[in-house]
Amino acid sequence: MSNAEANSQATGRRIPDRLRTPLQRFLASWELLLLVVAIGVFVVNSFASPYFLDPWNLSDATFNFTEKALIAFAMALLIISGEIDLSVASIIALASTAMGFAVQMGVDTSLLVLIGLGVGLACGAFNGFLVTGFGLPSIVVTIGTMSLFRGVSYIVLGDKAYTGYPADFAYFGQGYVWWVISFEFLLFAVMALLFAILLHKTNFGRAVYVIGNNPVGALFSGIRVKRVKFALFLLTGLMSGVAAVCLTSRLGATRPSIAFGWELEVVTMVVLGGINILGGSGTIPGVVIAAFVMGMVTFGFGLLNVPGIVMSIFIGLLLIAVIALPRIARHILARRKA
Amino acid sequence: MTLSFFKSREGILGAAILALLLAISLRFPAFVAPSNLASVFNDTAPLIILTLGQMAVILTRCIDLSVAANLALTGMIVAMLNTMMPELPIPVILLIAITLGALMGLVNGLLVWKLNIPPIVVTLGTMTIYRGIIFLISDGAWINAHEMSSSFKAFPRDIVLGLPVLSWIAIIAVIGFVVLIGRTSLGRAFFAVGGNPHAAVYTGINVGRTQCAAFVLSGALAGLTGYLWVARYAVAYVDIAGGFELEVVAACVIGGISIAGGIGSVAGALMGALFLGIVKNALPVINISPFWQLAISGSAIIIAVAFNATSNRAKGRVILKEAEHAT
Repeated sequence: MSNAEANSQATGRRIPDRLRTPLQRFLASWELLLLVVAIGVFVVNSFASPYFLDPWNLSDATFNFTEKALIAFAMALLIISGEIDLSVASIIALASTAMGFAVQMGVDTSLLVLIGLGVGLACGAFNGFLVTGFGLPSIVVTIGTMSLFRGVSYIVLGDKAYTGYPADFAYFGQGYVWWVISFEFLLFAVMALLFAILLHKTNFGRAVYVIGNNPVGALFSGIRVKRVKFALFLLTGLMSGVAAVCLTSRLGATRPSIAFGWELEVVTMVVLGGINILGGSGTIPGVVIAAFVMGMVTFGFGLLNVPGIVMSIFIGLLLIAVIALPRIARHILARRKA
Repeated sequence: MTLSFFKSREGILGAAILALLLAISLRFPAFVAPSNLASVFNDTAPLIILTLGQMAVILTRCIDLSVAANLALTGMIVAMLNTMMPELPIPVILLIAITLGALMGLVNGLLVWKLNIPPIVVTLGTMTIYRGIIFLISDGAWINAHEMSSSFKAFPRDIVLGLPVLSWIAIIAVIGFVVLIGRTSLGRAFFAVGGNPHAAVYTGINVGRTQCAAFVLSGALAGLTGYLWVARYAVAYVDIAGGFELEVVAACVIGGISIAGGIGSVAGALMGALFLGIVKNALPVINISPFWQLAISGSAIIIAVAFNATSNRAKGRVILKEAEHAT
């Protein structure tokens, strides 16, 4: 069995095939299945609680996934290219700590945002440099930086916390652009659009797919593989910085344990969105729908008073099930044919 | 070439450990007193045991991030058993702990073997699931020292021939691994599967089953450590050994076990664990806040992996691509 076949069957979606019409492709796609699940979750939630359909309630629900989804968009590209970044949650911790430190120095809001984004970018550059410059496996590098970045936060903060963020800084995590549309949700929508264009409509996006499917072939066809991968690590770092600004602004405080365990949720969101964990295939619309599904499900659990750690069991199960079920289905189908 | 590199690497690590001890002893001679070194070793024993199991997993091109959660869950279950049935003898508890741990390892192993799911994803998932289960069975409550029977707590601390049982178990595990890795076909299979899975298939080795066996081994050792940990610290709660899996992976990487599989030695793993253990115990002595520890093990992973990279540069995606090779 070729890799492409194995990959397409592994994720339950096919690599674009000219013999099928776009409509057929859509009907057989993972994204449609997800959309059905999303609608199902929405309907169940609205029956489970009479307050669910309230516009303000729905608006609150979006905070469950917007920050994670911002990272998931960049992570999707990184995973498609065959790499992974497990340090994203620790980048948030470090960026948030840097912002908290700057607040103590009396820095104003615009510079604060720049610091958050800058630290994210620097962390991404560090990961990218180690992976592309030394040719190290990204899993180990980012496991290392995962403890390094958060470790620096612990060194700076210990068991203390930074508070006292300026009042206008609160806008990024708590502000509303129009009626129930929060700043974070608008940012999520804009970023979804930008990343969809970047991945699906540009040469850069094409290169990401090519690298994921065949890095050697990509090199021979003139793609600067290392430069593209470095850019993807930068992008992931930057988006973690953006998430750090939003999360810090929403919480109004920084502890070294901020965003603990988010790397798992971000990777789960990406995999649920139909991105092949082995690289090479997947779409941004899939990740967008997956973000809604995860956000709505965890919000629904919240309405039912399910504690956070039980939700994490669910997310762990979801991560494994999403990858396992198509493979089990493939086993059964293969046996039936034989 | 690999052999000579690999020998010198253990030499370097040994020298680094000696240099570290020497540097500490210049300022604090009491640190290298035999009794203190024995207590440092005893403190590092859980890390050593887990590092050995992780080594087997990494040798086969996999990774097990669920060891700490496995440890915590087993520890919680045996602690709850002990509160319910205080008269349960220690050998039975040990057997239950090892079996439970092995079962959790088996779950990881079967998912990797039968469904070809990348190990990093499987164990990231089971890590949160096992932690979550602790919360479900304990309702988030702690089991404290006074709820455990005294024989349950005493076992790892009992002194036999001058060393606590905990240290002896680590020593037995090391000897057992030397035999397993060097003298059995399973040990050879670990290297064969990690070194070249395709060739391993042609020599009649079942790649998936070998990887599964490594996960079971790692799980069993984690389960054993779970009991020892809970008994030694005389407390069990949801977050015990939180983040310990990173320290275990760090010890392996520092010990020269190639994350790309197929390269490593028991001596390396032991020294990797000892290096981290000495650093951890030296921090309070030289007056550095324990909050530094996370950053230090992170830096150690990065430096060690960069150091290892000279052996082979083309293996960047091996763990993620692993599922394709296993047939």
